[in-house]
Amino acid sequence: MNEAIRFIVDVASLGSLYALMALGLVLVYGILRLVNFAYGELIMIAGYTLYLLSGSPLPWLVMAACAVVAALAASVLTERVAFRPVREKSLTAMLITSFAVSTLFQNAALLFISPRARLVPLPDLFSESIVIGGMLFFVRELLAIVVSISMLVLFTALLNRTVLGIALRAAADNFRMTRMLGVPANLVIGVAFAISGFLAGIVALFWLGRTASVMPGIGLEPLIVAFVATVLGGMQSLVGAVVGGYVLALMTVGINTFLPQALVDYRQAFTFSLVILILLFRPEGLVRGK
Amino acid sequence: MSMSLRLLRDRIPGASTVLMLVVMLLLIAAVTEALGSTVLSRFAIRMFIDMTLVLGLQMFMGNSNILWFPHVGFMGIGAYASVIFSMSPLQKILSLPELYPFLADVNLPFLPALLAGALVAAAVAAVIGLPLMRLSDFPAVIAGFAMLIVIHAVLTHWEALTNGPQTLFGVERRTYVMNSAIWACVFVAVAYWFKESKSGLQLRASRDDLVSTSSIGVNIVAVRWFALVLSAFAAGIAGGLFAHFITSFSPKAFFLRETFIILAMLVIGGPATVTGAVLGTVIVTIVYQTLRWVENTLNIEQVFAQPIAGLTDITLAVMLIGMLILRPAGIFERREIGWQALRALWPWTGADAAPEPAADPQVVRKAAETKQRR
Repeated sequence: MNEAIRFIVDVASLGSLYALMALGLVLVYGILRLVNFAYGELIMIAGYTLYLLSGSPLPWLVMAACAVVAALAASVLTERVAFRPVREKSLTAMLITSFAVSTLFQNAALLFISPRARLVPLPDLFSESIVIGGMLFFVRELLAIVVSISMLVLFTALLNRTVLGIALRAAADNFRMTRMLGVPANLVIGVAFAISGFLAGIVALFWLGRTASVMPGIGLEPLIVAFVATVLGGMQSLVGAVVGGYVLALMTVGINTFLPQALVDYRQAFTFSLVILILLFRPEGLVRGK
Repeated sequence: MSMSLRLLRDRIPGASTVLMLVVMLLLIAAVTEALGSTVLSRFAIRMFIDMTLVLGLQMFMGNSNILWFPHVGFMGIGAYASVIFSMSPLQKILSLPELYPFLADVNLPFLPALLAGALVAAAVAAVIGLPLMRLSDFPAVIAGFAMLIVIHAVLTHWEALTNGPQTLFGVERRTYVMNSAIWACVFVAVAYWFKESKSGLQLRASRDDLVSTSSIGVNIVAVRWFALVLSAFAAGIAGGLFAHFITSFSPKAFFLRETFIILAMLVIGGPATVTGAVLGTVIVTIVYQTLRWVENTLNIEQVFAQPIAGLTDITLAVMLIGMLILRPAGIFERREIGWQALRALWPWTGADAAPEPAADPQVVRKAAETKQRR
């Protein structure tokens, strides 16, 4: 019983992070058909912001807010500087641009900070654990679940209740039609990138919380996770992204718990073969349509 | 103009394209040999290997416009396979102690080993790539990306064949300026031949308009698959040449960084043309190696308190983004280098001396569209 609860909490905390990441990626994809390869670097930027602020006397929550704002700003800025000029040209041009932006950010971190891992400040709360019903839980994991789920609720409310949210959903559904109805394209795209960066910033806090350090290549794993989750859930749907995130977490934790170590080494190979199979046989993912 | 005349006109400048590029490459190789500088010849060999790789990528990605990530994965397969074929049994005991017995005694000379390695890469691409060929746009890109990661994971964990994540050492040096240059020349000809061949034309047509191309009965999956196998073969050759040049390497050499560099070469030069692939490689190599040299010199002289890294890749990324913004089709958008292109530069001939290539697909498409409306 206890092990089952342990398992569920692991899946829920990892899945919540994965879901947020997938959501940030799919939001931009829905509108622009752009898979943002630079998405993982937003997490890196949030991490380095925390690192750079680590000597300051600011309370941790302020530093965390700065980190989230930095990720958001980087996301909006790359849209403005790099993606907007190539937007009209071709899909491939936009994808290569995002790949180049990702390389640019990584190497900037390499050049201006260091190739080595740097410590990020974390609140004491992250390393504490509490006992509930005779079981030991990391506060960080429970916090990840609570924060992610409130983000999802907030995000759903934004999409369903506000004009901006409706415009975003409309744009994800049929961008050209939305523009014709008088919704300014640049605004919608800008907002999508801003939300995407915001979600990446929130995820970064918990993602970095696991290792308490940041290095130039740190963005690759979250990027890959977000890719897989979106493909699993279905690229066309925001709900799908969330479902995909949780399913991927279930698979990851399941593989780590039940498979022998020799096979765990090939985990990435298995996950990605699954991605290819889904793209081939069920390209709409687990959640059909919108 | 009659069809046969048009074909003739398209063929002759084609021959001149291949000729000019080959002469240029051999000239670079000969000058490098004559100068006898070790540093310079290392640059040149690296350039010819990358060129072989980029020409392979051009055959598939340039003609189909599918952003294709697994290419360096096939390069890695070619590299490891060629080493397994070429390494002496004695060295294998040291370098690949867990190798399967039936492979341990294989010991081919360099050229057959190189070809066999490339065939392995092509065969793997043929099998695992086939189902992907019906995907387009974003699913194709993500499936390709997933495939690169799968290949990388397998190379990193299949210890018996690759020595796992550790460096595989003890490969004999067999790649020199001349043989790498000749391979680049071979693939200039192959890439040009493919581009102008029937399947190449069909693939290019599908790049410009997928729906109409399949509506006139082109089997897009088959055409793409053929291009993929050719392209993976080139990648395999490049991998074998790389392995026998660098002599010790790990799976890390065949991942996202190398992908970024060859993409930059192809996209800056112009993915739609063979000339673009060749000159893109030359230009990017010059920029890249010069910056690397600056970076290394600064580090050796200890100009800065800490060694710097990343300057080269930042410059390349900025170049690439700038190119995509200003001239997204690359330096050589559609026209290959050749007599006609040179005549156009010659100031005493009229501007009409070099007519636009007849098969401008946009024009063809628009013509077809207006016809439909009537």
